[in-house]
Amino acid sequence: MDVVAVRGLVRRYGDLVAVDGLDLNVGAGECVAMLGPNGAGKSTTVEILEGYRRRDAGEVRVLGVDPARGDRAWRARLGIVLQSVNDLAAVHVGEALAHFASFYPAPRPVEEVVALVGLEAKVGARIGSLSGGQRRRLDVALGVIGRPELLFLDEPTTGFDPEARRAFWDLIATLRAEGTTILLTTHYLEEADALADRVVVVARGRKVADTTPDELKGRDRDVVVVRWWDGELREERTASPTATVARLAEHFGGEVPGLEVVRPTLEEAYLALVEGTAT
Amino acid sequence: MSLLRLYLGRSWFEVKVMMRDRSAVVFSMLLPVFLLVIFGSVFGHQTIAHTGVRVSQYLVAGLLASGLLYSSFQLLAIAIPEERATGALKRLRGAPLPRSAYFVGKFATSVVVYAAQSALLLSIGHYTFDITLPTRAGWFTFAWVSVLGLVASSLLGIALSAAARDGKSASAIAAPMVIFFQFTSGVYFVYTSLPQWMQRLAAFFPLKWMAQAMRSVFLPAAFGHFEAAGSFELSRAALVLVAWIAIGVVLARFAFRWTDEGE
Repeated sequence: MDVVAVRGLVRRYGDLVAVDGLDLNVGAGECVAMLGPNGAGKSTTVEILEGYRRRDAGEVRVLGVDPARGDRAWRARLGIVLQSVNDLAAVHVGEALAHFASFYPAPRPVEEVVALVGLEAKVGARIGSLSGGQRRRLDVALGVIGRPELLFLDEPTTGFDPEARRAFWDLIATLRAEGTTILLTTHYLEEADALADRVVVVARGRKVADTTPDELKGRDRDVVVVRWWDGELREERTASPTATVARLAEHFGGEVPGLEVVRPTLEEAYLALVEGTAT
Repeated sequence: MSLLRLYLGRSWFEVKVMMRDRSAVVFSMLLPVFLLVIFGSVFGHQTIAHTGVRVSQYLVAGLLASGLLYSSFQLLAIAIPEERATGALKRLRGAPLPRSAYFVGKFATSVVVYAAQSALLLSIGHYTFDITLPTRAGWFTFAWVSVLGLVASSLLGIALSAAARDGKSASAIAAPMVIFFQFTSGVYFVYTSLPQWMQRLAAFFPLKWMAQAMRSVFLPAAFGHFEAAGSFELSRAALVLVAWIAIGVVLARFAFRWTDEGE
């Protein structure tokens, strides 16, 4: 049975349809990234799965339970890493972990979690004194202290510098290797690529792709863009660029002015996918 | 993992964290103590006209009653919006902590603040301003007024927490209310010397009744004749506080929210 199973999820805010018939599945042990631009409905979806928000329509099961009816025993099986919280400022790292551990039936030892997230040197530090990256590591530590079967990570590295982001990815990779099922939302393509077994691309509240990161990158790989100058900038998308260039060379009788042959980046493949749903 | 252990653990954690919050300690725990020292030093030796009662004795009763508001109503009405704004409430809501444990922990902070505050008021009052401590019957009244007052004020503080988006705007709402209630309920001025309309207004709210009941503890029985109704009206005070507990339960139940996201 899937750890997360969503069919036809709908959530409206007034006239705005934030989630518009979304389907999503996450299997046991899988790491799935929900990828999409801001406002695509990722966070709303995740918060419905976490039991924070109600839904207007659709079937949702998380660990076999409807999140709208999730009880304490169900919550004890989840780990939630929220987007942008800055609570517990006056609490020490070790205190916070010990306190949250006491909510769960079989928590991990505090020292183990501290080592897992690499905060050994900060156990006695006030949480308010942590850097942004350390703070997120602590959020993950609080998320996994209860040995969750499913971990939610909502845009975990937004605002990180590249170095902190790579270090954070290593942490998530460790959790994955331990067999934790992870559902991650992100608007960073490289993040989905680095972490996920499967990428679900969401735009305007709908799923527009459900694929592996490699496949996503491979999309449109056979289509390249040929640009040249002919009084104005001209552009042609083609699967046979050599033939196009030969034709242009013939047309110009030699050198083609401003010739460029460009393979679309992963970024462009993704943008084409997301913007493709505009119409 | 029993419920009782979660309640105790949560209470211990809440109290520990609250004691690190300087503004909570100063404005909700120590302020009435400062007020006693200042007003007591200036007016303490004067007596209230025709009664022979020293102002300091009247004042300590009123400040103990006000302390019930400071340590629960004001403390919680500010702490809860702060925790909502930082995401602390959202995190707890997503954790397998029983909701009741959160409120038990919050109530524990009020109990601790009030206990420390009243101990300070009574000892400073007794040793510095020569305040007469209650008789055995007086302590009994003191106890039930404190319990009913703390429960009612905590519930109203939880209800008021819905009115603010963060701690800063919450203090701008709660602190003036506490000051307003103090001046209209006979904490700093003799209640019966206030304008009639003010007395009638204050009589709707708990502080007037808490202060009146506290006066029965600290003032001579004869002072009852100078009260608005010609007596301390202890049973009516108890009834009003119980009524406010009932109102508080309903208001807190409907107003309290874990997040600010309009669900």
